[in-house]
Amino acid sequence: MSDRIFGIFGILLSIGFALAALQIEESFLSDAVGPKAFPLIIAAILGLSSAVIALRPDPEPAWPPLGQLAEIAAAVVVMMLYAQFLPVAGFVAATAVAAAYLGWRLGSAPVEALLIGVGTSVGIYVIFHLVLGLSLARGPWGF
Amino acid sequence: METFANLADGFAIALTWQNLALALLGCFLGTIMGALPGLGPSNGVAILIPLAFTLGLGATPSLILLTSVYYGAMYGGRISSILLGIPGDEPAMMTVLDGHPMAKKGMAGEALAISGIASFVGSFFATWGLILLAPQLVKIALLFGPAEYFALFALAFMTLGGVSSTNQAKSAFAAMLGLGLAMIGVDTQTGVPRFTFGEVHLYDGLDFLVAIVGLFALSEVFIFLENRHGGSADGTKLTIGRLTPPMSMVKACTPTMLRTSFLGFLAGVLPGAGASLGSFISYSMEKRLKDKDGTFGTGDPRGVAAPEAGNNAAAGGALVPMLALGVPGSGTTAVLLAVLLSLNITPGPLLFAQNPDVVWGLIAALFIANFMLLAMNIPMVGLFTRVLMIPSRILMPIVAMVSFVGIYGISGSSFDLMVMIGFGVMGWVLRKFDVPLVPIILGTLLGNTMENNLRRAITIDNGDWFTLIDSPLAIALWAIAILGFVLPLLVGARVKAKMHARRDEEGSISD
Repeated sequence: MSDRIFGIFGILLSIGFALAALQIEESFLSDAVGPKAFPLIIAAILGLSSAVIALRPDPEPAWPPLGQLAEIAAAVVVMMLYAQFLPVAGFVAATAVAAAYLGWRLGSAPVEALLIGVGTSVGIYVIFHLVLGLSLARGPWGF
Repeated sequence: METFANLADGFAIALTWQNLALALLGCFLGTIMGALPGLGPSNGVAILIPLAFTLGLGATPSLILLTSVYYGAMYGGRISSILLGIPGDEPAMMTVLDGHPMAKKGMAGEALAISGIASFVGSFFATWGLILLAPQLVKIALLFGPAEYFALFALAFMTLGGVSSTNQAKSAFAAMLGLGLAMIGVDTQTGVPRFTFGEVHLYDGLDFLVAIVGLFALSEVFIFLENRHGGSADGTKLTIGRLTPPMSMVKACTPTMLRTSFLGFLAGVLPGAGASLGSFISYSMEKRLKDKDGTFGTGDPRGVAAPEAGNNAAAGGALVPMLALGVPGSGTTAVLLAVLLSLNITPGPLLFAQNPDVVWGLIAALFIANFMLLAMNIPMVGLFTRVLMIPSRILMPIVAMVSFVGIYGISGSSFDLMVMIGFGVMGWVLRKFDVPLVPIILGTLLGNTMENNLRRAITIDNGDWFTLIDSPLAIALWAIAILGFVLPLLVGARVKAKMHARRDEEGSISD
């Protein structure tokens, strides 16, 4: 069943891709092929392979239970927040929080997770910024 | 003779303090990444690419660092295969079959030593193979016009699913997804924006480094979160024992090593094979050829030497098409191609003519790295076994954060980080569906070049599409491509069942 849904999603994706390709404005200075042809070929093969996936599905993949899905979703949210807050809070603070969260969810005890977070963050800061001179996000405190 | 002169020049380039230090660092990190289950050559190299850039390294030093990681990972994979019975990376899975039983018999030290020597022999001969074969391939590649290049790219995509692929529809889907992603951005020939939906960040196209790090490294973090195996591999007290194999054992394994080096190299050069298949066929052939007393699978040293020589030789062999043609045949070489492209170096026949320093410096560095790895992997192997004890609940946050730092260091934009997270989620979902990730990467890398070759070929011939199958060379390439696509439909299920008898999860990022 999963593969059938996946295949149908692929077909929709290929239709969307083809429609978007047809929207491309051709400039008056174009070569013999133009900017649309190759994307349309891609869309055709994408649709064809999706149809095959939908018609001949593989055995069902092992989906994690709802709890684990929520786990991954939460991690994604944390990472997105990290991406947004990195320029605001500065590298060390943001990274410590994000790494601590990941460590905690992977099974470390809370205190240990906090240490992992701070250790990772400070370690990366020292190696990458102080030793290697990589410019990292600066927060209100300059690090 | 010209070859030796070139090689001497290469050594002159590689033998600077900086390059030696980078090779040493690469070997060390590579061995660790190979040894740790969950990190393999392709995601190991992927994580380190942004680092190489942000350090401002030039082309040759970056390549030396990253190919040392690649060779190192091929060495390192065997450590956890032998000691823990868990392959450290995909190509090392055949080493488990005889390596772990040897360790259980108290011969872990001998197993590590003999596999280290086998790895060395495999890489050593493969590097010579690279020197001898790549220039020949370049001569053929110089005959290629745009139509032949288009056919060659098609060949790469059609065979990349590999002989072990069971579902070619999913390989095709992945390739088209990658190519489709490459179309995003301003069309290079006419200057019109495509698939940008008015988002200015997308006018330059997606940065393939962002895609690679997201797909390979972040998706791994999600897999670990899902399974919650945050502990370390079962570290029941491992006794390593003596680290010198008896001479008789080395002697018994020598013919095996030589045979499988050749076979592995061949598997590496051919499209759609790669290191995992190299070690698989090496082991199978030795078993069929030499296993008269049924000792294979119960801790036969030859069963350890065969796959290790095979996968290291395949790793060297896979560099041949990548350097000579610009078309990688395996996951890690696709990632290495990304490095070259980001450094504005186009691999292929012109690379040998225009940047001989890069090619020969790299080859010389491979020889040097190989000796370093031999030194690291036999006397110092105890160090790496201790690294194996780091639990993944500590390791994975570090992997995730280093990925973020690398990408942020290149672009300094939160938008790229968001795109990377998107790729991470996509990678996780696609791995669940058993869709291979390597064709996606290759598609984003080669999409624009492939399209340009298509358009150039047809424009030269005044809009005649049949120009694509006009020359014997192009027809031959198409024939191989079609064969490579159809063959797995016939034998793929059987090969895959044998290769993945032990574990399946790594199938999507197999190398």
